[in-house]
Amino acid sequence: MTILPFDKKILEEKRAKAMPLIKAKNLWKKYGDNVVLERMNVSVNAGEFITMVGTSGCGKSTFLKMLLGMESPSSGELLLEGKPIPDEPDQSRGIVFQQYSVFPHLTVLQNVIIAREFEHSPLLGKLFGSAKRKVMEEAKALLESVGLTHALNRYPHELSGGMKQRLAIAQALIRQPRILLLDEPFGALDPGIRADMHQLILQLWREHQLTVFMVTHDLSEGFYLGTRLWVFDKLRRDNQAPNAYGASITYDLPVTRRKQELPAELSSGLRALTKETQDL
Amino acid sequence: MKRLINLTPSKPTRLLLGLLPFLIIVFIYLVASDARLAQNATDKLLPSFAQMGDAIHSLAFEASKRSGEYLFWQDTLSSLYRLALGIFIAAIIGFTIGLLTGAIPVINSPIAPLLTIISLVPPMALLPVLFIMFGLGELSKVALIVIGVAPFIARDIQRCAQEIPHEQLVKAQTLGASTWQILLRVLIPQLLPRLINAVRLSLGAGWLFLIAAEAIASTDGLGYRIFLVRRYMSMDVILPYVAWITLLAFLVDWLLAKTSRICFPWHYPNNK
Repeated sequence: MTILPFDKKILEEKRAKAMPLIKAKNLWKKYGDNVVLERMNVSVNAGEFITMVGTSGCGKSTFLKMLLGMESPSSGELLLEGKPIPDEPDQSRGIVFQQYSVFPHLTVLQNVIIAREFEHSPLLGKLFGSAKRKVMEEAKALLESVGLTHALNRYPHELSGGMKQRLAIAQALIRQPRILLLDEPFGALDPGIRADMHQLILQLWREHQLTVFMVTHDLSEGFYLGTRLWVFDKLRRDNQAPNAYGASITYDLPVTRRKQELPAELSSGLRALTKETQDL
Repeated sequence: MKRLINLTPSKPTRLLLGLLPFLIIVFIYLVASDARLAQNATDKLLPSFAQMGDAIHSLAFEASKRSGEYLFWQDTLSSLYRLALGIFIAAIIGFTIGLLTGAIPVINSPIAPLLTIISLVPPMALLPVLFIMFGLGELSKVALIVIGVAPFIARDIQRCAQEIPHEQLVKAQTLGASTWQILLRVLIPQLLPRLINAVRLSLGAGWLFLIAAEAIASTDGLGYRIFLVRRYMSMDVILPYVAWITLLAFLVDWLLAKTSRICFPWHYPNNK
């Protein structure tokens, strides 16, 4: 069936009404002469699970940092519900890094309740008595959903890598952010553990109705988890000046959980890319 | 035969090997002291252990004829009090400056270069200035320790604060923490064991400043006593005093290390 121009217009109007959660308008990021990202135009609706792949230094982590508020655009706009995204991290966006995400001096339970303590106790950053018991119940329920009930009183250095990441995820979710940012969260984990973590993150994504942005080096992980896969790469290249042009999203693929045939040209391009990322 | 680097002594052997140098030193001293005393019974340079025991006994367990005090304990108390007060004030000042300059760039910019320069001023060279400003009483001695030790602690804590992974600070912000809350709940608790460490490292310098200040202007204290009896070549007092100071330094260090391990178990991941 062909789409008539008429239909397309209605579709676009409908889209305009439902405001996208995140929108990038002609977004550029430069460090001096080094262009990292150029001409990014993209919009993301609430509830999407975006996975981002690409070679090292292709700007996917930079884009994640911009979503987080650690970096600001050099030009263009990055909008959160139509307003420029706050230029420092806050509780609207949760984050899980590959490492150093949890506080080493707090136990598992303390690592999660600290978020509520920040919220309710501006002066001391600590809760006592019944208020503390209340947030402890909440934190315990959350920790149960990530499977850490047996380790409530352990310190992070006593946890395995997978358990640490489970804790980091629970911690990121307790303030109920709408957006969850994942920066190669499972990159350092064993394959078996990683499969468990995939199930966990998909389940939490559905339960908490999150919009997820995830940077990954693993293309199959990107295809498996995402509802939408972005490939970051440079559209233009100048071999004499490799930094003159920045990267952008070269492929924006809708992904269904069923395996699907990719167009031949695309799949060969992606295979080359996977090879590249695996070599890294 | 294994390579040398792969040979590890067992625990009892290690203990024995550790004790060996001490025993050798004591033995050499005994032989040398005996030889000298055999030639000249009034020799003062290498007193026998019995002579040292007598000297300390009269200082520690017999009231002084002039003041009625037990000088050994009086000296120990005065010195420890000065050292503790000096180190305590230095730790508070150093920790505050180190924390703020390490965590807050706006404070770091004006303070850090000044701190670097101040920490290069030799504290002993300032001692006359302190005597002129604060007089010869307790204040100038404590001030010398503070001036000598605080910049070191401040720089150490500053470095440690900057070494805390940036990810943690970002994470805290995504959990809704303010600057104050980040200082209070993320940085200060993680820097406390490092403060204890910095204090342990600076105690050696602390003793140095204490003894120097006591030697120049004081009426009691371990350093004062050593320099006083030097006039009479009383090695039988000086040597036990030096050993006593060493023991005190060891005990304070051990106590701090133990406290740190008990209070901050998470800081010692390899200690099960």
